[in-house]
Amino acid sequence: MNLLIKGGRVIDPSQGIDANLDVLIADGVVLELGQGLAAPEGTPAIDASGLIVTPGLIDMHVHLRDPGLEYKEDIATGSRSAAAGGFTSVACMPNTSPVIDSKAIASYIINKAKSEALVNVFPIGCITKGGKGESLAEMGELKEAGCVAVSDDGKPVCNSELMRRALEYAKGIGIAVISHSEDLALVGEGVMNEGFVSTELGLKGIPWAAEDIAVAREVYLAEFAGAPVHIAHISTVGSARIIRNAKARGVKVTCETAPHYFTLTDEAVRGYETNAKMNPPLRSAADVEAMKAGLADGTIDAIATDHAPHHPDEKDVEFNVALNGIVGLETSLSLSLKLVEEGRLDLNQLVSLMSCTPAKILGLDRGTLKVGAVGDVTIIDPAKEWQVEAAKLESKSKNSPFLGWKMKGRAVYTVVKGQVVYQA
Amino acid sequence: MGFRHKDIIALKDLTKEEITLLLDTADSLSEINQRDIKKVPTLRGKTVINLFYEASTRTRTSFEIAAKRLSADAVNITASTSSVVKGETLSDTANNLLAMKPDIIVMRHAVSGAHEYLAKRVSCSVINAGDGAHEHPSQGLLDMLTMRQKFGKLDGLKVAIIGDITHSRVARSDIYGLTTMGSHVFLAGPPTMMPVGIERLGNVTVCKDMREAVDKADVVMMLRIQLERQGKTLLPSMREYSRYFGLNPEVLGLAKKNAIVMHPGPINRGVELASSVADCDQSAILTQVENGVAVRMAMLYHVCGGEPVE
Ligand SMILES: [Zn+2]
Ligand SMILES: [Zn+2]
Repeated sequence: MNLLIKGGRVIDPSQGIDANLDVLIADGVVLELGQGLAAPEGTPAIDASGLIVTPGLIDMHVHLRDPGLEYKEDIATGSRSAAAGGFTSVACMPNTSPVIDSKAIASYIINKAKSEALVNVFPIGCITKGGKGESLAEMGELKEAGCVAVSDDGKPVCNSELMRRALEYAKGIGIAVISHSEDLALVGEGVMNEGFVSTELGLKGIPWAAEDIAVAREVYLAEFAGAPVHIAHISTVGSARIIRNAKARGVKVTCETAPHYFTLTDEAVRGYETNAKMNPPLRSAADVEAMKAGLADGTIDAIATDHAPHHPDEKDVEFNVALNGIVGLETSLSLSLKLVEEGRLDLNQLVSLMSCTPAKILGLDRGTLKVGAVGDVTIIDPAKEWQVEAAKLESKSKNSPFLGWKMKGRAVYTVVKGQVVYQA
Repeated sequence: MGFRHKDIIALKDLTKEEITLLLDTADSLSEINQRDIKKVPTLRGKTVINLFYEASTRTRTSFEIAAKRLSADAVNITASTSSVVKGETLSDTANNLLAMKPDIIVMRHAVSGAHEYLAKRVSCSVINAGDGAHEHPSQGLLDMLTMRQKFGKLDGLKVAIIGDITHSRVARSDIYGLTTMGSHVFLAGPPTMMPVGIERLGNVTVCKDMREAVDKADVVMMLRIQLERQGKTLLPSMREYSRYFGLNPEVLGLAKKNAIVMHPGPINRGVELASSVADCDQSAILTQVENGVAVRMAMLYHVCGGEPVE
């Protein structure tokens, strides 16, 4: 509950701070920021010299697979994976079994997280009942139960009228709507990006237009309804351009991308590598570049992992039948720091993308080290070198295309409400 | 030189020398097929499993005859791809088959990449008898053998391939094999069936009009249009397809006088090929079938280490 973090480079874009400071947390709350702070006798202390101290990182898009699919991940293991990745908060998607479309399931997650999770877990409820895309879920009650957003993630809300009403209704009650944007007819039986690699491998392709068209619809619906919308996991040149243009004319649209979309291209699928199978699929080099540019110019608001654990039996199969998705919580920060190393982002932008802005989009009282704020802190060693090894991942599942990669930079302390929940 | 591959999955993986070796071997083995007693003891004691997840009497029979003519024991297993979805994974199947100690598994599978998956997990040789829309190397080789017999070489040939390129594993194997051997491939087909970047596979030109592809061609290869694959969106109708992409005597007239017509079979008569063209003197379709056995003998022989033929 009490903690003194001494001499780190504190980066907190929420108050424009980038300076060497001490952070004193008392009773789980930020008590003071300053130089040479004294703490009461017996307060645990961390020497953070040479390290970066930021508001706790927030991953606004993860799949914890609990309830119902605990053989892939559960709230306890998912939260350990988050803590090891430097995240103090995660927002979990409702495509569990049963789905999160009722107060009961939302409460189950919140209660289980209270007793088992190392980090804060914020459930996201469904947009539609049962996630079936037919009628609106009880968003008011979901919000009351503690849901921080609604989404039918895993699939789009195909009916445009229903999506319009969802945006209007959610705006009224003040809950964020997160869109999984995909034109399913264009996706068809596609299993990877449509391009030269899919031609060579003889795999059915998913055209970029399947994403762009759906993103454009959400933008126009948000504009028409005068309501905000957040687009999950964008991956294409076109999505970035559509959102950039929409923002310029004042549409309330925000979006996220995931580290794999600014790190890998569809070349990673060669050899029918199922750990490179995800939805949206890994795209072209131009798309990767567009993600980097979008992160740098503020078009993209957040980096989220879309952490999607799967059992080995669901990945160790022929490419067509393998399930979509990869685990991401433990590699996200390192892959994002690479953009800083490459000079595409500065650290302040990185902290905004991974903490301040996700908090703002979800309406969380986090993503800041302001005095009085919750004492969630991530301490990063940007020089720490490490290798991604399946055996060392905290997630129950190991489906990562980054296994074996040498990484630079990672969280060395994860602090939730003044308590160290992870130490490298 | 010897053949160094444990498996034959894709012609993309083979060099000019390796393809030449396979074709030369097939040429010399084809003599066995003319004998009275069509059997040599070369692969005696070897076990070949023909594992077919997709029905294909033609290819399966051809591999079976090839194995038997080399005195290998051939076992046919037909499995349904749906069993993959229903629980028995390809990896389970592979382990069960391995327990029977085969030397070679010849597989046909509806999923692209299934062979690469299998080959990584088994110690025996894997021969691809067609995977999804990826490759069909034995078909590519028998096509090349047929052309080489007719023209004496592959280098410098103009080969037109017409039809559904997107879904065709034959087209991919032909393109890889032929361009490796120095031929120039011209493609034509409905734009809905022409995949992104196909011209980057080798010395390939995509033509708007089939006439442009066939013009002065040495070989006109017509692909099978698979009605079940085209759904409702790729083609207006078979009638329109045959009008614009079917080979009739008039279009064939644009090709070189000594050009040959090929087709991987089975033919949709009146759709890809006018019946008169399928049966004309220029048709090499039956030669392709005949060469299939020799090419498959060569493939089985070389993945087994290539000991001398008696
Ligand atoms: Zn999604
Ligand atoms: Zn997701």
